[in-house]
Amino acid sequence: MSLTESVLEGNRLALARLLTQVENDLPEGRLALAELFPHTGQAHLIGITGAPGTGKSSLVNQLALHYRKSADKKVAIVAVDPSSPFTGGAVLGDRVRMRDLSGDSGIFIRSMATRGSLGGIAQKTAALVQIFDAAGYEIVIIETVGAGQSEVDVARLAHTTVVVEAPGLGDEIQAIKAGILEIADVLVVNKADRPGVENTERALRSTLELAHPTKRVFRHHGKTMAISTPTIDSTIWIPPINKTVATEGKGIAEVVESIAKHAAHLRQSGDWAARDRARLGSEMEALLREALMERFLESVQSVKYEEMIEQVVNRNISPHEAVKSLLNGKQV
Amino acid sequence: MTEKKIRVLVAKPGLDGHDRGAKVVARALRDAGMEVIYTGLRQTPEMIAEAALQEDVDVVGLSILSGAHMALAPRILELLKKNGQDQVKVFIGGIIPDEDMPRLKEMGITGIYGPGASTEDIIKEVREAVEP
Repeated sequence: MSLTESVLEGNRLALARLLTQVENDLPEGRLALAELFPHTGQAHLIGITGAPGTGKSSLVNQLALHYRKSADKKVAIVAVDPSSPFTGGAVLGDRVRMRDLSGDSGIFIRSMATRGSLGGIAQKTAALVQIFDAAGYEIVIIETVGAGQSEVDVARLAHTTVVVEAPGLGDEIQAIKAGILEIADVLVVNKADRPGVENTERALRSTLELAHPTKRVFRHHGKTMAISTPTIDSTIWIPPINKTVATEGKGIAEVVESIAKHAAHLRQSGDWAARDRARLGSEMEALLREALMERFLESVQSVKYEEMIEQVVNRNISPHEAVKSLLNGKQV
Repeated sequence: MTEKKIRVLVAKPGLDGHDRGAKVVARALRDAGMEVIYTGLRQTPEMIAEAALQEDVDVVGLSILSGAHMALAPRILELLKKNGQDQVKVFIGGIIPDEDMPRLKEMGITGIYGPGASTEDIIKEVREAVEP
């Protein structure tokens, strides 16, 4: 039996091995992804992001428990932590907060290092999510690295993005900056038993009121991709704010309800399909970029390439001119 | 683009709460370019085997200071085998009496490290075990 068939039959060891092959971009991994792709498109992809220490992993732990207990859905978790920019090594510690999830064959947790990606998830996160989707996991939760302000790639990947905040992190001006708050479909104020929770909630609420809620549109090669059908005002989604104490399981049912409402909203407004399209479009774009780069590097002599870098370093030519010269006459 | 990273599960089975050693080793392996999945305290053998499976690791590092190694180690080896992960190399760090070492190695433990072991040695032996 092939690895793909074993994965579709629910073999967990086969699944784990395939995830490794895909993460390492091995040829057999690519092949399996192609075979599995027709089986994808079923799962609800939920992104969980927020600053380090806000309690993302604890929230993921509780959400997964809730989906298992109340809905009996199979849950996969992809937990991303950063790789060292110097050694390429990583300590992946999200499982520490997910010990309640062990011993349940309906849950599969996979830790991932970013391996150089800067957007809060790894380059291969989307591919791993596809494998879980094909393997029949109905809920796939993607936990990003502790994200600052611009690690927003998860919003391109997930159907529903949950941004986790906690009291006492930065002043209120942080809440009106662009970036991470803009991608929230659901806002969670975790550690709601701590002092200052009212201030955090108020800041978030006033940010939402300040913003003119607009329909989310993704740009892809400068083309907008998410506005195929004109929609009426009732389709505008205003992110709800939920308060939780994840370590005690408080407020989790409300978060699950908000996520479900958001999914219903996406399906009703047609945004589910639009997001699907945008996601697959940007994935194709990334792959194309990578393939073109590879093809170009194969076509150019490394001596010439090094020589160009040398010229730029010596300030003989600018980086732009170097690129122009490298591409000159090259049929990429 | 293709790169094979050594993936290591660092786990602390048993009931004692001293995880400094495990953290030092996790950090050292990270600095050696490995991906270390850290699972935290008080893991049962079942939890460790399950995590090793889901993470498809090459190596499991156990930190045992409680004296329960002769019960925990064989159980974990047995579960790994049951899951089809015979190829996973298992290392132990902690307080292991000399007389137990040969028996642990016989069971299939690849390396054993006591107090004062150098992280360089651990890194070197982990690499050698995974990349023959």
